[in-house]
Amino acid sequence: MAAKSNLKNMVLSLTLVCLVCSGLLGVVYSLTAEPIRKAEEAKVNASIARVLPEGTGAPELESTVVDGITYSYYTVPGAGYAVISTVGGFGGPLSLMVGIGADGKVVNTVVLSHSETPGLGAKCTTDEPFIEQFQGWDPAVKRLAVLKDGGDVDAITASTITSRAYAKAIENAVKVYSKLMENE
Amino acid sequence: MEILLIIVSAIFVNNIVLAQFLGVCPFMGVSNKLSTATGMSGAVCFVITLATVVTYLINQYFLVPLGLTFLQTIAFILVIAALVQMVEIVLKKISPSLYQALGIFLPLITTNCAVLGVAINVVTKEFTFGDAAHMLNLGEAAVYALATSLGYGLAMILFAGLREQLSRNNVPEAFKGLPIAFITVGIMAMAFLGFSGIV
Amino acid sequence: MSKLGLITKGFLKENPTFVLVLGMCPTLATTTSAMNGLEMGLATMFVLILSNIVISLISPVVPDKVHIPVYIVVIATFVTLLQLIMQAYTPDAYETLGLFIPLIVVNCIVLGRAEAFASKNSVGDSALDGIGIGLGFTVTLTIIGIVREILGSGSVFGWKFIPGDGILAFVMAPGAFLVLGYLMVLFNKLAKR
Repeated sequence: MAAKSNLKNMVLSLTLVCLVCSGLLGVVYSLTAEPIRKAEEAKVNASIARVLPEGTGAPELESTVVDGITYSYYTVPGAGYAVISTVGGFGGPLSLMVGIGADGKVVNTVVLSHSETPGLGAKCTTDEPFIEQFQGWDPAVKRLAVLKDGGDVDAITASTITSRAYAKAIENAVKVYSKLMENE
Repeated sequence: MEILLIIVSAIFVNNIVLAQFLGVCPFMGVSNKLSTATGMSGAVCFVITLATVVTYLINQYFLVPLGLTFLQTIAFILVIAALVQMVEIVLKKISPSLYQALGIFLPLITTNCAVLGVAINVVTKEFTFGDAAHMLNLGEAAVYALATSLGYGLAMILFAGLREQLSRNNVPEAFKGLPIAFITVGIMAMAFLGFSGIV
Repeated sequence: MSKLGLITKGFLKENPTFVLVLGMCPTLATTTSAMNGLEMGLATMFVLILSNIVISLISPVVPDKVHIPVYIVVIATFVTLLQLIMQAYTPDAYETLGLFIPLIVVNCIVLGRAEAFASKNSVGDSALDGIGIGLGFTVTLTIIGIVREILGSGSVFGWKFIPGDGILAFVMAPGAFLVLGYLMVLFNKLAKR
């Protein structure tokens, strides 16, 4: 049924298979590289459009370091900065994109990724009142911590830890914004 | 401190079988006897830790610099297959009885999704162990892999104990064998859910 | 077995989940909703059909001692192909299924069929086997997904018909095991008739 199992045949067939397969994948990889890049770009642009709807030009990706942590952010012409801020949530990293306008106020926030509990912390992506409270939030006037911790954030029912993480992520984004304003 | 967080998280909070659904097939297959479960856990622990370290290094020093990350899946699974072969050879020499007892399940560690799953997770996901989200370095990856496999062993040994008990009880005919086993694991998973939020 | 038999055996006689008990990990992890189950089943079927065809073609010339690594490389190639295609054209499904796409490589169904069927049968029959087992897997995953989605979120394929939250345990880890266990009992009872 199969060819003889001597060393020459074994090495030959294994090497041949690996070469052909790697070659095929190399071709497909180069073919799909552009669509993949476009799909990812579309996703990022969709998020930026949600957090900074007033943006006019093409966003520029840059990064900066605050308190020893590197943050990526987008400079959106005509709107402000979209900062990507990740903190530890309840079930894993919680990653937000925070749009901060030229007046230093939070325009909107969107969750990029999370591992929160479905029906509880995961509501941070769907709970309208929770998300809306951050739109237009002025960090100079209101404190970014949950009510329990003496702040002004109304947490999601039974999801204090997720809400705390959400607030902290925004607070970090505001710190980044302050640093960028300093440097200007 | 961070090491402790990694260990607790990997064993209890994000248990590889009960929370991440990796390694279920051999989990169900080997757990009907406590002795084979223990032996299998040891072998898996060794393979997962070693495989994660080796694939991490290959990824960092070979695949990424040469822009060959699309070959990750192939490269990783070949490394794992080779490692399992090695373990088989070594085990045959050191402990032929254990080798016999594990039987077909030893080469099956190659297709244990836990091994490939942990290897891929470590090089693609960001982790937050007590501080900002970051990709794991080699040391953290090794600890994570070791702790994860300890969690696997813990779950398997607990489950084997439960199954041995079950086999002595009157189970309705339609539930006998796998169905009651799955329901039992479901309840175990519920218990482990109680650990979430600790780290 | 007739050609039709090859295609339909995956539903009852050789149902990969309830009879062969293979591919448990993706079954438990990706059936949080009907759509996810369907996507995972189709993705696996894609790899299954292609790898069955290729392995059936090359098995006569592959030396016996290296056949496992060779089959694994072939399967891994198709899985990577699937990854690239999904990343480019179905990014949402790619993100939802996540880790379990590359894990199709170690899905015992794929290697199992290669060993048990494709290496011993004609290309045509192997392709049909891939379709048959693949369809059985897809249908099973979708059914499990439907059950978990209805119980856990009160919706089916995203169409919510029970207001409010469902019994969340069902879209989380315990629910997966419990639903699988009970559905297995049901399947056994139905199949025995």
